[in-house]
Amino acid sequence: MERSFSSVCPLCSYSQGQVVSASTQHLSPCCSLCPAGRMGIELYLDLLSPPCRSVYIFVKKNNIPFTFKQMEVLKGQQHSVGFGKVNILRKVPALKDGGFTLAESPAILAYLSQKYKTPDHWYPLDMKKRARVDEYLSWQHSAIRPSVFKIFWLKVVFPLYMDQTAPEEKLQEALEDLAIPLKQLEEKFLQDKPFLVGNMISLADLVAFTDLMQLIAIGYNIFENMPKLVEWHNRVKKTVGKELFQEAHKVILNFQDLNSMLIEPQLKEQMKPRLLKMVA
Amino acid sequence: MGMELYLDLLSQPCRAVYIFAKKNNIPFEFKHVELFKGQHCREEFGKINILKKVPALKDGVFTLAESTAILLYLSRKYNTPDHWYPSDTQKRARVDEYLSWHHTNIRGNAGKTLWIKVLIPLFTGQTLPPEKLQEVMDELAISLKQFEEKFLQDKPFIVGSEISLADLMAIVELMQPIGVGCDIFEDRPKLSEWRNQVEEAVGKELFQEAHELILNIKELSNIQIDPQLKEHLAPVLRKMMK
Repeated sequence: MERSFSSVCPLCSYSQGQVVSASTQHLSPCCSLCPAGRMGIELYLDLLSPPCRSVYIFVKKNNIPFTFKQMEVLKGQQHSVGFGKVNILRKVPALKDGGFTLAESPAILAYLSQKYKTPDHWYPLDMKKRARVDEYLSWQHSAIRPSVFKIFWLKVVFPLYMDQTAPEEKLQEALEDLAIPLKQLEEKFLQDKPFLVGNMISLADLVAFTDLMQLIAIGYNIFENMPKLVEWHNRVKKTVGKELFQEAHKVILNFQDLNSMLIEPQLKEQMKPRLLKMVA
Repeated sequence: MGMELYLDLLSQPCRAVYIFAKKNNIPFEFKHVELFKGQHCREEFGKINILKKVPALKDGVFTLAESTAILLYLSRKYNTPDHWYPSDTQKRARVDEYLSWHHTNIRGNAGKTLWIKVLIPLFTGQTLPPEKLQEVMDELAISLKQFEEKFLQDKPFIVGSEISLADLMAIVELMQPIGVGCDIFEDRPKLSEWRNQVEEAVGKELFQEAHELILNIKELSNIQIDPQLKEHLAPVLRKMMK
């Protein structure tokens, strides 16, 4: 049984004419019908961050109602007292669902998939398929993420805070560190499948895609001589949908605009030791 | 052919898988992959796990890497007691949250103590200056503070009143510095209390059995290192020594 809502909910923007299946646990994005929807979840996101983008794309793609709480990490907003109550680790993404707060994008994605009973392919119930998603989400922490983080920080964040570019050798070193993991992504995780876990997109693809887009967006042709990964990348982008992809990646694609960002001198001083350590 | 678990109990994640399987009476064949002998680098092991890492699982034709994935797979396949990986959405999220954070915070820093104090000297014949160890201990101290303040708080275990996969992954990692003489539980009463509770929940005998190798690591100072392994690790060692 499906219901359609034509009235506009004052608290969330998803309710206009939205058709919702009655089988979903969260009955409606319209707050007057669903007690859970009355408060709705809050997602603290900075779309500059790949894990934030994976969460953002997931909720939008699955029509999960949420309040977007804009965070600007480069301006140090994660250090505010208020945000500390949401995530004491002071990282984004972070989720707030009533009195329940949650950090770490893999945990947030799994939580949302379970709570909103999203289509099976995102995080399959089949034990072996689910294990493949878990395997990627675990591996990427130390294999892909650190290099992506480092390259982005050296190329984009370092000049912003230090008023000079980072040494090119350090960038090259970080890019070289990515070579083996990318090969492993292709040979172990993707192989000859359309997506990382099988025939359909899953949380693994979303996390991998948004991470690697970070480097592509700032000008690195990381898939050079890796046609399989290029095909996979395009396939994920198409499945996400052009509009949603653009929306989620607008900030990172326009990273040059960050140069005009005004950063407080105090924050610059605070970040200096960490940045100097990266190029030591 | 039963399920095979490819393990070396010197490795923290291997211990988590070992303890979990034994505690839950999960039948498996222990396939010893001796890291010091470079057995994980061999082609044969590469067929089980192309990433050439332990732990690895082989269940019929299905192979699986990454301890988190293996633990979750085992918990589902063997229907282990709920507290290990709760079905309650929010409790489960807490386990997932810890398992994710663990990778870049506790894991890495805790393990580096073994490299600095034992493995690098063993492989290169050189000892590192004390500042290197201090650097790692300082980083670990920050992670331990976050562990206590965010994950443990005033609860006996990370999720609440019962042990879960989160506690298991944390404890095996933190036993690594203990093995090389860095007592991270000293001056940390809350952490110490938690450690005792985890050991009790696992069972003292199983806990000690799993940790026998790492707790006696110093006795391995005369071990013969496979030359191929030395070569394979050379770039990693150089980086750590910088």
